[in-house]
Amino acid sequence: MTERTAKQGKAMAGKEQGVRMADGLHSSIDRISLVEARAAVVEGRVSAAALAEEHYERIAKVDPEIHSFLALTRERAMTQAEKVDTAVKAGDPVGPLAGVPVGIKDVLTVKGVATTAGSKILEGYRPPYDATVVRRLEAAGAILLGKLNCDEFAMGSSNENSAYGPVKNPRALDRVPGGSSGGSAAAVAAGLCVASLGTDTGGSIRQPAAFCGVVGVLPTYGRVSRYGLIAFASSLDRVGPFARSVEDAAVMLEVLAGPDEMDTTSSREAVGGYAAELGKGVEGLRIGVPEEYFGEGLNPEIRAAIEKSLDGLRVAGCSIHKVSLPHTRYAVPTYYVIATAEASSNLSRFDGVRFGLRSEEAGTLAAMFRKTRDEGFGAEVKRRILLGTYVLSAGYYDAYYRKAQQVRALLTRDFVEAFDTVDAIVAPVTPTPAFKLGEKTDDPLQMYLEDIYSVAASLAGICGMSVPCGETTEGLPIGVQVLGRHFNEATMLRVGAAVEKQGISNRN
Amino acid sequence: MNEGNGAVSVEDVRHVADLANLELTEEELPRMAKDLNAVLGYIAQMNELDTSAVEPMAQVGQALGLKPAVGGETLREDVVKDSVDRGTVMAAAPESDGRFFKVPKVIER
Repeated sequence: MTERTAKQGKAMAGKEQGVRMADGLHSSIDRISLVEARAAVVEGRVSAAALAEEHYERIAKVDPEIHSFLALTRERAMTQAEKVDTAVKAGDPVGPLAGVPVGIKDVLTVKGVATTAGSKILEGYRPPYDATVVRRLEAAGAILLGKLNCDEFAMGSSNENSAYGPVKNPRALDRVPGGSSGGSAAAVAAGLCVASLGTDTGGSIRQPAAFCGVVGVLPTYGRVSRYGLIAFASSLDRVGPFARSVEDAAVMLEVLAGPDEMDTTSSREAVGGYAAELGKGVEGLRIGVPEEYFGEGLNPEIRAAIEKSLDGLRVAGCSIHKVSLPHTRYAVPTYYVIATAEASSNLSRFDGVRFGLRSEEAGTLAAMFRKTRDEGFGAEVKRRILLGTYVLSAGYYDAYYRKAQQVRALLTRDFVEAFDTVDAIVAPVTPTPAFKLGEKTDDPLQMYLEDIYSVAASLAGICGMSVPCGETTEGLPIGVQVLGRHFNEATMLRVGAAVEKQGISNRN
Repeated sequence: MNEGNGAVSVEDVRHVADLANLELTEEELPRMAKDLNAVLGYIAQMNELDTSAVEPMAQVGQALGLKPAVGGETLREDVVKDSVDRGTVMAAAPESDGRFFKVPKVIER
């Protein structure tokens, strides 16, 4: 973090009351790290309330263009900020996220706050409970600023499937931020919140992180509770953080991770001290490079940036090894069978009976179901429900769903075997940098192929992350993907931190 | 529905939409048929692999042979706890008498 002593000096000069946030910070508000924001609050240089207020002012100024927030939770934020400020003043212990302004992807429930999943079918829905991850963030002192835009039911790779309009990439306004957690990535990149939550079913954290130039972490399947996550594909869905640095993401993950009795699929595997472990460095780690991820179709600038990252890891003391993940090319077909099959089942709950939209048109129950779903779902959601229903329908189950489950086992075995010989795998996140709005909306298959480097890790359940490692000549961010063993986020994050260091020195 | 790997027809889409409780317009049907055919054609690549000896994988923990507590297969204690408030839930319903969800008539007399 660059120190701006001039600003610090101004803070020392001190205005008695209503100290402007920027005066108490070393970094500008749009770049401040989580660690620095917390320190400023805890050391009393800035109040949590002022920090939140400053973010709301910036949202009001910047977000009309970006469109990352779907709802603001100002009252809740200010109540929470007051609690943090009172604790700080009293000298009481505060959490690892004390005063840190965060945003939440709109597929996660927040009690009493409009939660739409980017869909018309949930318009006006106010959930009666908080997602476990939301509770954990607030228990750690985070200030929840609002709900973030996303592709409808997290289905999409560009955020263009949101029923409430697309998000723009803050780094290039004519480009997509990626998806489905486009709002979560864009808000962090645009300086509208310090960190955020997203979800990743087939790449929905890693890809937008790469497109927007922020860090995004996909924890191991089962690592983070999904209670309060509106389900898309239950054997794949995961919740994870976006942040401005690997260290910040590690702090977030530590808060989020761990078992939850409200989610029986959450794992009891011990949670690491992720931020502290970053200090171990990467010397002696074995890094695998899968040749299948560097084939035709990979943008040459992305390839070059990743090779530079690998050089950096070598200099930092890692050994680099070729590994093979031979079933990689079957990952996208497998994913689109399993994910849509599970979605067709999960989305059957949206029927106009208990919450959200109900069509006014229908006279009978059957017609009400159909008309509600017709009016409430967008084209991509309908397409995936149809595909999922098709692959599960009589006569097709074995050919599609069972087959995909078998190929999924092979894809998982690929990773398990690779991790016998290496500690982490480094690969591209996406074949191209952020594409233009509207560029791929007419061709669903082209959009699905966007996920080519991300879905295999989703199917295998391993952890992964995207770390900024450079830019194209046009100035678009490039992300590098670091993949780790099941439940070994600590090693993955250490490699991520080393890559990040290299990326920063590339820019300077 | 068509057999084997033939193309998905508009009739097939209509049938699947029916199963999924989706009402598609006449304009939507051919478009969806075209999209499904494109994606299913791509998905057919899976058939290049001989998977006859491979156990299907439903969950990550199962495939890795993880202990239930690690693989996410634990159940909590079976004790009664407070649940979400009924009034809050019913208030979110499109139509309710406060105790039940109301829907259009199911059985015609």
